[in-house]
Amino acid sequence: MKKEYIKPYIKKQTAGIMNKFGVSYNKGHREDILGIPIGNFTDKFGSPVFVLSEKLIRERYRKIYSHFSSKYPKAKMSWSYKTNYLDAVCSIMHQEGETAEVVSDFEYQKARRLGVPGNKIIYNGPYKPIESLKVAFQEGAMVNLDNFDELIKAEDAAKSINKKVPVGIRVNMDTGVYPQWSRFGFNIENNSAFNAVKRIQHSENLYLEGIHCHIGTFMLDPNAYREAVKKVVALMRKIEIMFKINIKYLDFGGGFPSMNKLKGTYLPPEVSVPPVEEFIDAVADTLLEELKPDEYPDVYLETGRSIIDEAGWLITSVDAVKRLPDGTKSYIIDAGVNLLYTSTWYNYKVEIDRELHGAYENSVIYGPLCMNIDVVVESAFLPPLPIGTRLILSPMGAYNVTQWMQFIRYRPAVAMIMEDGSLEEIRRPETLDDVVGPERIPEKLKKFEL
Amino acid sequence: MDRDKLSVLAISDSGFIFDPVTGHSYTANATGLRIFELLKEDKSEDEIKSILMEEFETTEDEVSVDVDDFIENLKKYFLV
Ligand SMILES: Cc1ncc(COP(=O)(O)O)c(C=O)c1O
Repeated sequence: MKKEYIKPYIKKQTAGIMNKFGVSYNKGHREDILGIPIGNFTDKFGSPVFVLSEKLIRERYRKIYSHFSSKYPKAKMSWSYKTNYLDAVCSIMHQEGETAEVVSDFEYQKARRLGVPGNKIIYNGPYKPIESLKVAFQEGAMVNLDNFDELIKAEDAAKSINKKVPVGIRVNMDTGVYPQWSRFGFNIENNSAFNAVKRIQHSENLYLEGIHCHIGTFMLDPNAYREAVKKVVALMRKIEIMFKINIKYLDFGGGFPSMNKLKGTYLPPEVSVPPVEEFIDAVADTLLEELKPDEYPDVYLETGRSIIDEAGWLITSVDAVKRLPDGTKSYIIDAGVNLLYTSTWYNYKVEIDRELHGAYENSVIYGPLCMNIDVVVESAFLPPLPIGTRLILSPMGAYNVTQWMQFIRYRPAVAMIMEDGSLEEIRRPETLDDVVGPERIPEKLKKFEL
Repeated sequence: MDRDKLSVLAISDSGFIFDPVTGHSYTANATGLRIFELLKEDKSEDEIKSILMEEFETTEDEVSVDVDDFIENLKKYFLV
């Protein structure tokens, strides 16, 4: 009888050189996602395939909302469409009670099409075409203005439909984080926020109802939110006294981090990312400290990645193995950076679909695009992977299936594990018709002979 | 491939390999050690592959990639 085959390996001993942090993030294998064998996904939907869990999305949302609403009486949440605007995902959020937070006319239309009433939409962003402002005002959306030109545009839009409409302003400020996000909204410290309010209150077609901010994304310091709340409440007080108005809502945007590993950080996210409760506490506790009970406005959070990132995975397959001239082991997988926008700033967790023997080495994982930039994972500590091994990359729920682009290949399926454990395809793989549908060939270019 | 270096290496049955020239040490598994033996016996790479196929439960494709990879590693470590 032949002996069992184990892949040959040789490894240099490097006694004395220890990994300072002792954690190798990429070690490990998983044979299933929430009890469903990895092969079931690829058999049913092909490879690669994005997978989302209805259960984990709902659980995470409820954890955040129940904590927030137990701390602040008028807590509200609005789903940041750009984080993941697949219909099935937005529907879960709306079933849970989140309104829609959109940042473009496309997202606005997508929310309306899904059945979200206009007055349950928060319309943010630095660019809002005038036609979309007219629709938003007509339908009673909460519109947060970004700059003085937009303020004038909003005035024109309201005038053209003969209405005096409520608006909010987006503000920015120094919250002690670097880099400061100062390009969106009106700055508080240099008074431009106050001047914007003055301009709005003098307008015949606009009046102020809310203040919005979003101080950054993947914020690692909860204290930044304390600062933001203090400064926004101070602004609110000043406005209410000066103009004798009532601010109906404050909106502190999103920005809470997920358990992804930012490039350039040594510590694993389990160590570097504070629990989400600390961020909510920073907002809610500061609100309660700063506000009198009779003046509680509605307070919105537009939490995106922290709700959905960990509820998503990408299953991809190893197609080829190559040792580079410098000795580095490399793998080519069937999913590239065109599908994985977040690979620019994250080092994903890499898990393999089976237990494999052999010496672990730092390996680089390339995508299938014929492009030098197509590096999905720069360094993963992996045993020798046979062709066909499936890799499970995570967290994957936020920003990929919105920012992905069709390039060279079709975009793959997105599957959802439903609460009862069944599998649904919530976006089928693209076909040639999906891609060429919008194209048109001028008559004179229609014929050629080769 | 320079096989002369192989003769100076101290290789134990447990897979510990010492290179007295550089002072570096290495560990290899049983399959790796078997390839070392065959290299020392002056077998060609193709011969090594077919011997491994006879001895182990494996396929030609797998063994071929693995042996190439292993030898690349030896070159990287300047052992051959
Ligand atoms: C205005 C606004 N709200 C909410 C979000 C969601 O942010 P996050 O995913 O960081 O929670 C964003 C994203 O950048 C945003 O621009």
